[in-house]
Amino acid sequence: MTEIQHTISQIKRNFISQKVDNMPPSGIRKFFDLASSMKEVISLGIGEPDFVTPWHIREAATYSLQKGQTMYTSNSGLIELRQELARYLELHYGVSYDPECEILITVGTSEALDLIARAILNPGEEIIIPDPYYIAYPADIVLAGGVPVPIPTTKENNFSLRAVDIEPKINERTKAILIGYPANPTGAVISRNELNNIAHLAHKYNLLVISDEIYARLVYDGEHICFPSIFGMKEQSILIGGFSKSHAMTGWRIGYVAANQELIQPITKIHQYTMLCASTMAQMAAIEALKHGEDDVEKMVREYDRRRRVIVKRLNEIGLSCFESKGAFYAFPSIKVTGMTSEEFAEKLLNEEKVAVIPGLAFGQSGEGFVRCCYATSLSNIEEALKRMGRFVSKYKKS
Amino acid sequence: MKQILEILEHNARTTAEQIATMVGLSISEVEKIIKQAEKDKTIVKYKTIIDWSKLGEEEVWALIEVRLTPQQNVGFDAIAEHICQFPQVYSAYLVSGTYDLAVLVKGKTMQEIASFVTQKLAPLEKVQSTVTHFLLKRYKENGEIFQLPEEYKRLPITP
Repeated sequence: MTEIQHTISQIKRNFISQKVDNMPPSGIRKFFDLASSMKEVISLGIGEPDFVTPWHIREAATYSLQKGQTMYTSNSGLIELRQELARYLELHYGVSYDPECEILITVGTSEALDLIARAILNPGEEIIIPDPYYIAYPADIVLAGGVPVPIPTTKENNFSLRAVDIEPKINERTKAILIGYPANPTGAVISRNELNNIAHLAHKYNLLVISDEIYARLVYDGEHICFPSIFGMKEQSILIGGFSKSHAMTGWRIGYVAANQELIQPITKIHQYTMLCASTMAQMAAIEALKHGEDDVEKMVREYDRRRRVIVKRLNEIGLSCFESKGAFYAFPSIKVTGMTSEEFAEKLLNEEKVAVIPGLAFGQSGEGFVRCCYATSLSNIEEALKRMGRFVSKYKKS
Repeated sequence: MKQILEILEHNARTTAEQIATMVGLSISEVEKIIKQAEKDKTIVKYKTIIDWSKLGEEEVWALIEVRLTPQQNVGFDAIAEHICQFPQVYSAYLVSGTYDLAVLVKGKTMQEIASFVTQKLAPLEKVQSTVTHFLLKRYKENGEIFQLPEEYKRLPITP
């Protein structure tokens, strides 16, 4: 062995990249382990529909398997699916995308977010995100070498991001604003007025807006405004969507990105090397969902709306002040009356009353003092959970 | 109105107070709408679906195809209404196809149903013939699937 070889052989190597090593574990993980180990837990901690994918969609997928449609599709996804999607986006949100070159089918919106972050970020560049945020936002940005810049949102402003709070954080490194409304974890929606203000900022400072609209169909008391539909914004924005929440298709992992060709191409480039294409079976299911799934969506939305009204009312009744969430399937009550941190609250509630909620802190600093309660579960579960939570709150209520 | 009926169709024991919260109306408004629907028979009846086999009760069902002779002026109505009077008859439908009346009959034993068909139904003057199909297994009834395969459980916590 030469001297150099000897020196090299003495190096202690950390097999894990620093970036990943420094990344804090998801705040949800701990509760997953805890809740999994307990019996008879009522979980308000599940961020997915309690409905099974409608039968006709499942059938379309199994039929495609029977016919032997088991090969790769084009990187962008089946053209029929992109065409149906273009029609759907035009119909529901008044935005038009060319199915040939402006839509990419992805493995859920999770892949879409990751691809976009990697496609647009240079090391050290910043993306502005609302806080509380969906847990993957900062992680995807950091993994792509960027810096997430959380902007606090408050209950007083219904957890909606405000352009006035964004503007002071814009600097020469700012690349994009990432918005996600209706929001996980708060259930907040954003007004047209505020979207216009954000569009104005994007225009003024030449920023990209990434709009994660996975919960677009789950809007109650009002209509969803698709960000790219705002005048002049299609050229400067990237739309993310999927089927998981609207059509109860979480396990299929199927979503999409829509944007100008200049933006879609680099995103597709990464997708082509890392994922190749979304699963063919899931793409076939998605075509069926778009063609014949409208009644299912409306039925599920009606059901969520009923549960939403019950949970928000009951949370306020038991003393956990809760703003009226108008989208997604989350209520985000304040737990300040108990004087506990959100983690303490969630852990104690799980241990003492066997109800699982997610501590707000898991979704960012601004989530502290709140917990996320998902109402995508049966009404009887919601009522029982709220009964137990009521007992818990009266026991620990300060003053 | 439609929303309220949809909720009640799914669970007739949902209280007016619960419904009021769900649809965003006052309790008295909900009560008024339900009363009206009961009055005009939009709500026909409140019933309970019971799985009697859980009590070890024997239950035999048969679907009977009945061919009828239509009558002047009243067609099949008079004889169909006559047949409906038998307590053994659970449901009866006038149908298109090779026979006229589809009759669902419930009894305690096969013998009981057999004697109903041979002694009560078949001898009726306007009944030309009957074909009796005993039900062997129930898969779905009133929109409810029986004996679902083991339910796939969601993970207890997801992002």
